[in-house]
Amino acid sequence: MLEIKNLVVQIEDKRILNGLNLTVNKGEVAAIMGPNGSGKSTLSYVIAGKEDYEILDGEILLDGENLLEMEPDQRAAAGVFLAFQYPLEIPGVASMTFLKAAINAQRKARGEDELTTPDFIKRVNAAATQLEIPKDMLKRALNVGFSGGEKKRMEILQMALLQPSFCILDETDSGLDIDALRIVSEGVNALRSPDRAFLVITHYQRLLNHIVPDTVHVMHGGRIVRSGGKELALELEANGYADYRESEAA
Amino acid sequence: MPAVQETIDQVRLIDVDQYKYGFETEVEMEKAPKGLSEDVIRFISGKKGEPEWMLQWRLDAYKRWLTMNEPNWARVSYDKIDYNDIYYYAAPKMNPSPKSLDEVDPEILKTYEKLGIPLREQEILAGVEPQNRVAVDAVFDSVSVATTFKEELAKAGVIFMPISEAIREYPDLVRQYLGTVVPVTDNFFATLNSAVFTDGSFVYIPPGVRCPMELSTYFRINEKNTGQFERTLIIADKGSYVSYLEGCTAPKRDENQLHAAVVELIALDDAEIKYSTVQNWYPGDAEGRGGIYNFVTKRGDCRGKNSVITWTQVETGSAITWKYPSCILRGDNSRGEFYSIAVSNGKQQVDSGTKMIHLGKNTTSRIISKGIAAGKSENTYRGLVSAHRKATGARNFTNCDSLLIGNQCGAHTVPYIESKNATAVFEHEATTSKISEDQMFYCQQRGLSDEEATALIVNGFVKDVLQQLPMEFAVEAQKLISISLEGSVG
Ligand SMILES: Nc1ncnc2c1ncn2[C@@H]1O[C@H](COP(=O)(O)OP(=O)(O)OP(=O)(O)O)[C@@H](O)[C@H]1O
Ligand SMILES: [Mg+2]
Repeated sequence: MLEIKNLVVQIEDKRILNGLNLTVNKGEVAAIMGPNGSGKSTLSYVIAGKEDYEILDGEILLDGENLLEMEPDQRAAAGVFLAFQYPLEIPGVASMTFLKAAINAQRKARGEDELTTPDFIKRVNAAATQLEIPKDMLKRALNVGFSGGEKKRMEILQMALLQPSFCILDETDSGLDIDALRIVSEGVNALRSPDRAFLVITHYQRLLNHIVPDTVHVMHGGRIVRSGGKELALELEANGYADYRESEAA
Repeated sequence: MPAVQETIDQVRLIDVDQYKYGFETEVEMEKAPKGLSEDVIRFISGKKGEPEWMLQWRLDAYKRWLTMNEPNWARVSYDKIDYNDIYYYAAPKMNPSPKSLDEVDPEILKTYEKLGIPLREQEILAGVEPQNRVAVDAVFDSVSVATTFKEELAKAGVIFMPISEAIREYPDLVRQYLGTVVPVTDNFFATLNSAVFTDGSFVYIPPGVRCPMELSTYFRINEKNTGQFERTLIIADKGSYVSYLEGCTAPKRDENQLHAAVVELIALDDAEIKYSTVQNWYPGDAEGRGGIYNFVTKRGDCRGKNSVITWTQVETGSAITWKYPSCILRGDNSRGEFYSIAVSNGKQQVDSGTKMIHLGKNTTSRIISKGIAAGKSENTYRGLVSAHRKATGARNFTNCDSLLIGNQCGAHTVPYIESKNATAVFEHEATTSKISEDQMFYCQQRGLSDEEATALIVNGFVKDVLQQLPMEFAVEAQKLISISLEGSVG
């Protein structure tokens, strides 16, 4: 589904990704772990198409299509979704209005009909109920004044409505209380399907207890330095990243 | 970065795809000789069949104007206007004062059709709820070519007609009120207007009458090198209510054209006037060539107690806008409101705002201004809130927000506050923000294009003001704003 080959990326003359290779298959949940500053968010932004980065080498293919040649909105329509580590506030724009604009923009780009208002409202209400998001929050301006946890839930609500094929979750667990962690994880698990893949960026095993990954990758210094099964996350939880620092120094 | 280049290219193209009303109408016109003189004023007055007092009024204004200087305090710059290189009167030859639509030049009727302005009552009546009907006065260059629903309005006692007709038919009413809100000597452009005004609307709502429909005037500048000097006078007698709308467009041309209007509103005891403008004069091209100079004096007098005047404006057009719709809060407990959205793109320059002059006791005012600057435009809010020493308990709330799109535009806020009464409470809030790249990326990540994302963020920004417009016009205005900003981001 997603294939990244030898990706080299810099920003303002600072190299952040250093020949990164990663493959995520259809139906797979891949977790990425790695120390602060190792380039995890950078990777997610580059996949989604944020402008500021200079791509020096490599390629990113989604179902064989070259993502690097597409605008961010085209990538979204092609199925890429990023749940932001720090979701942005959009003053004056009701969450409902934003959601409807986003869904219909993607449908339009794919040549589908716009959703009718009743159909849209039905879908939003169903998703909001599952994520235990109160209805009046949907009337408020998107993310404005939302608590950290509320913002993260709103990201997952958007994901549930947009039904993307490749979902990136950048530290979605940070800022969530224990109940919210469970609710959000259930929301994500409900979306798991043989046609959909996930890239879950996290620092903690606790999220992976709920969303059990198929593969775990360790990122360090802008590269994937080790890959394994779900037990790799437990090993990291026990030992930290000390081993990788040493190998770097050696 | 390639994105920056793309932005520049898009901005370059804006005038080409953006202005949808830039066509010209081919009609034979009769004009006054070029330039300004007593003879030209006599010519205009003669064409309108005016009484002697009106001519004298104009000539007095002209004498005064000759002694005045063009104001230069606004934050706008433009080449000197040659006032003798303008035509001050241009009217369709066929029939300058048609009695019915059958007498109107078909080319002109087609123009309004193209602009989407309904002039045929039968067509409007079909399938439209009575409360959603709008009566239209259509002003083409220097004359009104059609006014709809006159008879039905007359049944309610409402007078709605071109001001040139009112001067002939209701001279006493006109004489009683004309120039009492904006005196002949008020300012350079108002004095010029007093000398040469050609047409505009006259509205009188009798005591206790709620005007049965929205009234509107649609101004169209068509003829080359011709100024439009609109004059509008609205009087809401005791306990009456009226909502009035004004729209404006002009063809695309490389030369600048002058629109110097005066609008006077008078609200007597317990009366309410809502005046909304959707201003979409040709803004000029991306290099700043052409476009309308919009130098306008609009003022409302809350003359009676408990009276209310609300100005709502959506300003997207004109090369230069110099406009401060104001309220004189004379009556005790009167209220003035100003809601404004001013969008500038390309090389447009906007200097606009309001004055709230509190004279009576317990008078209140509210100002909500949203300025949006894109391209290489300059957008200034200029406002004055003042309390006279007798204005006990005066209150004002001002909120002034600016939104910048891109790095080459400017937004400025110039608020003046003068209080001579210690009990007056004036509150002022102002913010300036930019649409951040992160916000844009966030929206795009959800599937919105550059333009959809900008339109969505801008709509969020102007929402409070759009809510003040009558429903149909709010939708119109929303579209207009996004069209005006097309190509402003990359
Ligand atoms: N605009 C920028 N200019 C310079 N350096 C940057 C810029 N953006 C990111 N970086 C640097 O790139 C590196 C990788 O950042 P990134 O946010 O991808 O890390 P991360 O793995 O997501 O870390 P965390 O676990 O703390 O979220 C960091 O050292 C960061 O300071
Ligand atoms: Mg990060």
